[in-house]
Amino acid sequence: MAAPGNIPSPASDTGYRSLIGPLLLPTWAVIGIFMVLPVLLMAVYSFLTKEFRGGVIWDFTLAAYDQFFVTRGLFGDEPAQIEWTYIAIFWRSIWQAGLATILCLLIGFPTAWFIATRPAQTRGLWLFLITIPYWVNLLIRTVSLKFLIRDNGPLNESLMGIGLIDGPLPLVNTNLAVQLGLFYSYLPFMVLPIYAAVERYNFALSEAAADLYASRWATLREIVLPVVKPGIIGGCILVFVPSLGAFLAPDLLGGAKTFMIGSLIDEQFKGSQGNWPFGAAVAMILMTLVLIVILFYARAQARGVTR
Amino acid sequence: MSIAVDIRDAVKSYGPVTALHGVSLAIADNEFFTLLGPSGCGKTTLLRLIAGFETITSGEIRLFGQNIAQLEPNHRPVNTVFQQYALFPHLTVTDNVAFGLKMQGVDAPTRRARAGQMLEMVHLSQFADRMPAQLSGGQQQRVALARALAPAPKVLLLDEPLSALDLKLRQAMRVELKQLQEETGITFVFVTHDQEEALTMSDRIAVMSNGRVQQTGTAREIYEAPVNRFVADFIGETNLLQVEVESVSQGLATLTLPGGHRITCPSASTTIGRHHLSIRPERLTISPDADLLATVDRVVYLGTDLQVIAHLDGSQPITLRLQNAARITPPAPGQRIGLHLEEGAARLLAD
Amino acid sequence: MKGVRHYPGFLALTILCLVVLYAPLAVVAVYSFNGSASITEWGGFSLRWYADVFTGPEAARFGQAAWNSLTLALMAATTATAIATAAALAMLRAGPFRGRQASFALINLPLMVPEIVIAVATLIFFSTIGFTTGYLTILLAHITFCIPFAYLPIAARLEGVEGTYEQAARDLYASRAQAFRLILLPLLMPGVISGWLLAFIISLDDFIITNFVKGAGMETLPTAIFGSVKQGIKPNIMAISTLMLLVSVLFVTAAYLVNRKSRQAPATKWKSS
Repeated sequence: MAAPGNIPSPASDTGYRSLIGPLLLPTWAVIGIFMVLPVLLMAVYSFLTKEFRGGVIWDFTLAAYDQFFVTRGLFGDEPAQIEWTYIAIFWRSIWQAGLATILCLLIGFPTAWFIATRPAQTRGLWLFLITIPYWVNLLIRTVSLKFLIRDNGPLNESLMGIGLIDGPLPLVNTNLAVQLGLFYSYLPFMVLPIYAAVERYNFALSEAAADLYASRWATLREIVLPVVKPGIIGGCILVFVPSLGAFLAPDLLGGAKTFMIGSLIDEQFKGSQGNWPFGAAVAMILMTLVLIVILFYARAQARGVTR
Repeated sequence: MSIAVDIRDAVKSYGPVTALHGVSLAIADNEFFTLLGPSGCGKTTLLRLIAGFETITSGEIRLFGQNIAQLEPNHRPVNTVFQQYALFPHLTVTDNVAFGLKMQGVDAPTRRARAGQMLEMVHLSQFADRMPAQLSGGQQQRVALARALAPAPKVLLLDEPLSALDLKLRQAMRVELKQLQEETGITFVFVTHDQEEALTMSDRIAVMSNGRVQQTGTAREIYEAPVNRFVADFIGETNLLQVEVESVSQGLATLTLPGGHRITCPSASTTIGRHHLSIRPERLTISPDADLLATVDRVVYLGTDLQVIAHLDGSQPITLRLQNAARITPPAPGQRIGLHLEEGAARLLAD
Repeated sequence: MKGVRHYPGFLALTILCLVVLYAPLAVVAVYSFNGSASITEWGGFSLRWYADVFTGPEAARFGQAAWNSLTLALMAATTATAIATAAALAMLRAGPFRGRQASFALINLPLMVPEIVIAVATLIFFSTIGFTTGYLTILLAHITFCIPFAYLPIAARLEGVEGTYEQAARDLYASRAQAFRLILLPLLMPGVISGWLLAFIISLDDFIITNFVKGAGMETLPTAIFGSVKQGIKPNIMAISTLMLLVSVLFVTAAYLVNRKSRQAPATKWKSS
């Protein structure tokens, strides 16, 4: 994954300088028109009024944000108070994404370390094995997970079969299922940046630590982790951000109690109960959240350890 | 004097490749001992065996009598100064130096005080709160030294610590290291490929090649009494003449020089037959009282010395070094000269 | 004595990681051969569900969806790759220029914004300008977010090709176009192929954005599968899933082999003599 800020240095001109315009025009046109413009438009939409059949009326208002943050009682005539419903959904999404990130870190770090310390010949093979699932359609992966952990799915069947449990573990439609889904979806995103960082790690540092009486785990804690921290943070960002706005895992694996941001947004654009400005507002709030996280990452990178 | 490091028949193999073929060494306490040799000779492997980063395949390593071959590196009271220093990039200089103490469970105030002492010893006190990346190569090297000395190890291992420094700095550090060893009384085991370094700093030197110790001794012993061609050629310059040995007894060999002159000289060999004779260039003089006759090829003016490059009859090359160049009339190319061997100048080698 | 690279338990966790990653996929693949109609009981090995995919009642629908997915991916990947190649040339071969940093941010933008936000924004955009949602809207959206995926391997490869080759060509009287076509492009090809493969798979697999901008009559394979799954997991879904799985694996392997071979190709930097 491209890390923001790590622009490779340009080679000196080999005759393409005069072509910069035509070469970059398609990129600017396509991404400008079909991504930047839409996002700006979405920002505008969050300040419009919703039309009853979906869509919008070009009437500027703060109604969407008001709906998000403020409640005025069932009939709208009570004094304004903080609306907790949507904030709760965001909070739950943050918490779910956070847990998924931690889970990915606990399993992903040892995996990345192990692969990075394999001899050169086998290392490529391990990497290959780790990345294949990443390329399988996320929908398929989520469906597969659902199939596996259902009440009458193979996992429960085999656990019951060997007598470990009496009745099926109610795994689907739970927070746990969603977390498992997020963990499963984004685990390779955690492994790869950490792998890259460990690959560049100077193992003489570990030797020096051992030479100075540090046990294996003390070395890990005092030396390894601080030095590969940029990779760890990169991995966490790459898991946390997509998890925050995830749709498939909560939708397929969760239930009403596990409603997350992705589903909230999706709901606003379905059929006639949709509320486009509100959906746009929620998307804006999500994007703001993501931008804050990325800013934090960029700052951590800048403050990062130099060799 | 007790033995600090006692290595007996150490063998280290990596699968089919053997890096050390049965090395035996006894390094005394409070000694500045150097492992000298070209790259690939096994000196670094031996050092890493002592440190504990490599497991010995067979043989023994004893530290002050205790067998440490099975101990993990973090349980051995030896510390290492790494070739590229391996300073922890995320810790300050003080925290780097105090690290070993922290791992030993020493409390913070004591650690800090000792780290301060160490930094003073290497004249880096004003850099105590800097990060390693902010220091020059020479300064980093001294931090690495202070860090390794802080836990007061019984033996300090130094893996070519001066090789990354420029000449002037290197020469200054040699003096500092030697003084440090004398002050602290810690046994230093120093690895280098630079023979001048070895000769100037060491109490004793072990010359290594191809995974074996070729010769161990003081600088003088190794220079003036090399045992084989490798040592004779690796240390300083020498002339190697092929000779036929007629007889050997009580360390003296009788042989015929090229040109017919018969001499008796000290011998590292006990067998007769074809051997090599080592003659240092500075032990030859031009004199009518000649042991050898040669024809001059070239004369090189080196400021302090005059280097005369000649060849014996039969095209065997031979080089002389004549001191006080200013006072000598250099011989002309093509001139025939008589070379005289000083007393003890020639030495018969084992091979 | 194990070296400093060894940590007890890490091998076990790695195995666990791989098991976790592959288990659901393996299970689906195995059950896709389940002879029984019920997905809970094993009824012997059978290919009936694969047959069902191609000839059963939903075959037409899935077939159309698969065709859509395929053609979309082909066109999106090719277009995105061409655009990305041009961009890479400008970014890495034209020296520094004003707007280079902005261009770099722009190229990476689709990777930074959450997919659902892109989906919403794109829907709003097309709705505002009155563009009917359907095949074309999906295609435009796909091209847009495929650009950075195609860009990554191309830029990586281009970085490793010294500009000296082209300079040598131009010194020998080649025009800029000839230098590009005969010298740079062949050396760049592994990166371009990798980029194309990546873009293809990304487009083929996309669900969220496609789902938002496809409108009513259109289906791609992922959206069709999703719709079907919402009604319950049926065995033919597992067959389709396994097929898609195979396609992904094939493409990744192809990209991996292309990369492996290219590492032996002479695109390494000069060693200064």
